[in-house]
Amino acid sequence: MNLKTFKHGIHPTYNKEFTSGKGIENCPVPKKVIIPLQQHIGRPCKPLVKKGDEVTEGQKIGDVEAFVSTPVHASITGKVTDIAPYPYPLGGMVQSIVIQRSEDISDKTSNDFNNKENSKLDISSLTSEDIRLAVHSAGIVGLGGAAFPTHVKLSPPENKEIDAIIINGCECEPYLTADDRLMVEHSEKILYGALAIMKAVNAGKIYIGIEANKKDALSLIKEKSAHFKEIQVVALQVKYPQGAEKMLIKAVLNRDVPLGGLPMDAGVVVQNVGTAFAAYNALQNKKPLTQRVVTVTGPGITEPKNLMVRIGTPFSDVIDVCGGIKEGNKKVIMGGPMMGIAQSRLDVPVIKGTSGILVLMESDTIRDFYKPCIRCAGCVDACPMKLIPYRLSDFGRFHMTEEFKEYGGMGCIECGCCSFTCPSNRPLVHWIRIGKLRLREAEKKSA
Amino acid sequence: MGGLGIFFAVFLSIADRKLAVKENPLIEEALSIIPGINCGACGLPSCHVFAERVVKGDVPVNLCMAGGKEVAEKLSKLLGIDTPDTEKVLAVVLCKGGTNESVQNARYIGEKTCEAANIGGGGKACIYGCLGYGDCVKACPFDAIDINDNSIPVVFYDTCVGCGKCVEACPRNIIEIHPDDQKLFVYCKNKDKGAVARKICKVACVACTLCTKDCEVEGGIEIIDNLATVNYSKCKESEAATKRCPTKCIYNDIEKNNTSKNFYVSRGKKEAV
Repeated sequence: MNLKTFKHGIHPTYNKEFTSGKGIENCPVPKKVIIPLQQHIGRPCKPLVKKGDEVTEGQKIGDVEAFVSTPVHASITGKVTDIAPYPYPLGGMVQSIVIQRSEDISDKTSNDFNNKENSKLDISSLTSEDIRLAVHSAGIVGLGGAAFPTHVKLSPPENKEIDAIIINGCECEPYLTADDRLMVEHSEKILYGALAIMKAVNAGKIYIGIEANKKDALSLIKEKSAHFKEIQVVALQVKYPQGAEKMLIKAVLNRDVPLGGLPMDAGVVVQNVGTAFAAYNALQNKKPLTQRVVTVTGPGITEPKNLMVRIGTPFSDVIDVCGGIKEGNKKVIMGGPMMGIAQSRLDVPVIKGTSGILVLMESDTIRDFYKPCIRCAGCVDACPMKLIPYRLSDFGRFHMTEEFKEYGGMGCIECGCCSFTCPSNRPLVHWIRIGKLRLREAEKKSA
Repeated sequence: MGGLGIFFAVFLSIADRKLAVKENPLIEEALSIIPGINCGACGLPSCHVFAERVVKGDVPVNLCMAGGKEVAEKLSKLLGIDTPDTEKVLAVVLCKGGTNESVQNARYIGEKTCEAANIGGGGKACIYGCLGYGDCVKACPFDAIDINDNSIPVVFYDTCVGCGKCVEACPRNIIEIHPDDQKLFVYCKNKDKGAVARKICKVACVACTLCTKDCEVEGGIEIIDNLATVNYSKCKESEAATKRCPTKCIYNDIEKNNTSKNFYVSRGKKEAV
């Protein structure tokens, strides 16, 4: 088989066997959910409910009049008990709405997100405006992890023509299997969701990029999409970060996104399979995004699982469903091990961008002191954005913002390939992040 | 070869005399007065540039933070102008929640600088408090600040000139520059609700409003965002306001008495505040 890919990148140990064979289970309805008013990139929402209000599942509880923003919805039926800043998995505190579950609802409520029966979606009657509106009001964001509002991606400026949609089924992060299971269990829904997304931007072609290690998903999606002439399934080489937007576009279409540009500059819109699934639910069942698939995995979890979790469920509840954390655990990460964010507490909620909860043991996280750079250029060979990480990291660390900008530091996607490769254990991405922060501050000051 | 050497020696010595750039002799004298450590606190690239511009009259004589009042007086005498009022300013670290007082949610194992730790939030439960990795210590050009055993910076008030380098370095904005005569400070930056703050730090401000009532000056202390905030323009010192604080996070002039560098070094890190 002829597998496509991009240049550079790395091959970490994938460790997907923990959960790759396990079907998506419904997570019991939690007693309490904490719904942050900002789960997306853009303007935070304003609460639409007051303390003491009764809310029903799927009710809109936060919204704001801004283009780059999406509403948030109640994920359980119950009573609003608090509106205050709560800890947030991406760090810091965010204004959140706490909902206490009504007593008459059992914790085993049926879950229509996870029903397996296939129902076709008739997209011919929908206009692109309808689709955009439905996606926006359902609060859908990019579910791969970055949580960029989907309707913004579906509204390209007039002068930019979109000719292709890429549905991202790579899931190149080690350990995670959420997208893989979604493709195996809900393949038809994903295809219809993708067709709707294509219609919204008037593109003519859909490419579904799947890494070759997901054989079940690959063959199933191929089989199901055989009678859609506009869909083409592309098998991709197993490599990290194959699922990063820019790398995926390069691999599938051999197009380059300009530095600092968006995929739409290359005439492409990239959407995660989870997003396509959510779009299907929004259009077919008129369901807002209140649940998502989360892979709970890692050597520190007693019983790793793929779960359909309600947004706002505290991490501790999700981990309890999976039998709790083993003794000697060391680190809890939201997302995958490469780009995920280490958590300092377990009362943070699952948000729209939570693709996984990973618990690592002491032995997995051993990290030596970093040593001097030996100029081996391993990081340069690994960087998929073709930057020079060892220079950039020093510019970031020593606050040399002008040089940092000159060397294209803002193009860094923080994939972690450079730190992974470095034989001297240097925390290169960490320093580059400092540089990016500094540069952004400096630009804000001068503006 | 020898001839060439002699030729160039003569040529260069003549050229030196003929082409000498006449510099204002005052600049040289001004340079000898100012400390000359290129700390950059004045905002100018070097001490030489400062000397040039102060002689020209572009910048005030009291701009040199490191020199303080003494240098300002000497410079104004040199230039024959009146000494402007120079207020002595000092850095104050407004957090007392070290490892003994505050709760750690997790152990931070990344790069050990405050700036790097602050990206992910670090391990400390308080997201407003001192991270304790000593970016301020590295930034200080005068060795006037150090991290004590409790992971909290200590400023040596006999050495500090109030240049503000540590203020720039602190990613959590805990260090502030204040005039010497400002005695009353709330040593906390936590904006959480009282109940939350109390759980994560023994010396956090819980916004109980007792100090606002006890302060002699009307409006001297206000509660802003769940944090008692001294209104520095109104209230310089107040012993009464500190008496009833339940978490002991407001103090009237405790640090400045006993954190001289000698005191700190002689008593060892443990004994210092």
